Amino acid sequence: MRDLVKTYPAARGRRGRPATPEVRATDGICLTVRRGEIFGLLGPNGAGKSTLVRQLTGLMRPDSGTVDILGHDIVRHPERAARILAYLGQESTALDELTVSLAVETTGRLRGLDVRRARAERDAVLEELGLTALASRPLKKLSGGQRRLACFATALVGERPLLVLDEPTTGMDPVARRAVWAAIDWRRAERGTTVLLVTHNVIEAETVLDRVAVLDRGKVIACDSPAGLKEKVADEVRVELVWRERAPMDVPEVAALRSSAVESGRRWSLRLAPEEARAAVAAVTGGSAFAALDDFTVATPSLEDVYLALGGSGRGLVKA
Amino acid sequence: MSAVPLEVVVRAEEPGEADLGGPAELGPRARLFPALCAVYRAQLSRARVARIPLLFVATFQSVGIMILMRGVVDGGGEARAVVAGSSVLVVAFVALNLLAQYFGQLRADGGLDHYATLPVPPAAVVLGAAAAYASFTVPGTLVTAVVGCGLFGLPLTHLWVLAAVIPLAGAALAGLGAALGLLAPRPELATLLGQMGMSAALLLGVLPAERMPTLLQYARDLLPSTYGVEAFARTFGPEPDWAVVALDLAVCAGVGVASLAVATWAYRRAAVR
Repeated sequence: MRDLVKTYPAARGRRGRPATPEVRATDGICLTVRRGEIFGLLGPNGAGKSTLVRQLTGLMRPDSGTVDILGHDIVRHPERAARILAYLGQESTALDELTVSLAVETTGRLRGLDVRRARAERDAVLEELGLTALASRPLKKLSGGQRRLACFATALVGERPLLVLDEPTTGMDPVARRAVWAAIDWRRAERGTTVLLVTHNVIEAETVLDRVAVLDRGKVIACDSPAGLKEKVADEVRVELVWRERAPMDVPEVAALRSSAVESGRRWSLRLAPEEARAAVAAVTGGSAFAALDDFTVATPSLEDVYLALGGSGRGLVKA
Repeated sequence: MSAVPLEVVVRAEEPGEADLGGPAELGPRARLFPALCAVYRAQLSRARVARIPLLFVATFQSVGIMILMRGVVDGGGEARAVVAGSSVLVVAFVALNLLAQYFGQLRADGGLDHYATLPVPPAAVVLGAAAAYASFTVPGTLVTAVVGCGLFGLPLTHLWVLAAVIPLAGAALAGLGAALGLLAPRPELATLLGQMGMSAALLLGVLPAERMPTLLQYARDLLPSTYGVEAFARTFGPEPDWAVVALDLAVCAGVGVASLAVATWAYRRAAVR
């Protein structure tokens, strides 16, 4: 535990709204994030990600449990959260009617920068994210992705050692996404910035995160690197077959595969042990079956497979 | 879908950094005055995007009321009350009603999180927004007062007193509006309370007090805008009693301080749920 800089033991359940039956949004969550890490919280809607983040950012007091960020007790001193971390929430209503430039500058000033520093950082961040051309437009008039990028810019001014980002790339085009990840990578490499990322996007989680905690119904059901998580189901390989018109059932190997395939139209989806997969691929790529085959892929299991294998309810994960 | 190599690539784990020995240094805290200025400036700029049409509405409403009342009141004290009441009504419309709606909305859809996760004193957010909304009322109030003086033949000599009436009545009403918006459990309720506050200011401020039933006169005394109206109305007289004007304005200031304090408390409560 010596090299753990942040520990989040047991942030315990908070009641739901009084009118609804008691819901444990976070139920005994215990997590440790290392310094300089890009750590993800993955889970479907309603898994308790946002509640957890609100507890970490001092916006919500946990009923019990402790939150320790870089040596500061956030449950006891919630006001310190604002001085250690920058939070990008899902809502931009506080900034919507401001221009991009003023939104970033104001946020910088409210993070304690003086006017000159706030302006200098504003210009640097807008330049870095390619927002300079949009600087004088109100956020309200921008597209969803551009607005999100402008909000991300407000999280970067007045540098903080921890960034808590709630689905930062929602609605962004690939260029904007790349700008976001480049900005994060650079800050981590140069300044040791730690990033806590909330996402329900499986692909994003696989490619950018160092470690992921998978949340389901207020509990952490797994926590490891994406690769480590996938190893838990490494004895399976996913084989996808797409037939030109229909499956050549006259080939005995293909007929045998049918029982274990999930069919959706011309697509067969199979989860097989590696040797079985090799045999299956050999069967469909050779001989008469190949003529009927339109496309095929063999892939290691994705985080979605992990999630399903771990017993999560599996709905609400986006794959894009 | 892409084909991914069969072997699982294990990403090199970041080496855990050594214990830093003690808690990390905290970032700077925004000081009250600079933060207040930043919020004020940001809020003021919103006028360009969102507020202007409503400012026109506020002014037209007040001018319309004065035109209507021209046939009802017959000069003298009643005319002064109508002009003063209509002018302060603009303040009530913007500072109380619109600010209550703004904070109600912000609280409901999570917009407060943005401010709550910045190291800003709550007073800076509340005072900055209240000051901006009070500033929005300046043009409308001036136009209403000048038009009213023209309509009812009142002197423009002491219109300078608006320089005190607008900020003080503005503080009292904006504080009330902010508190209502931040305390209302739902945004519709904040809108309702704001509208009712403005209707009260309309009913109790514009209509001449002498014609009201006793109960309404008491209610009138409870409304902070009344003191702004009275102070302003007195200055139309031939020899205004400046001591009483000052006293009325002092009541506004007192209510302003109290309501802004409540609003600040309400903000703190709304920000951390």
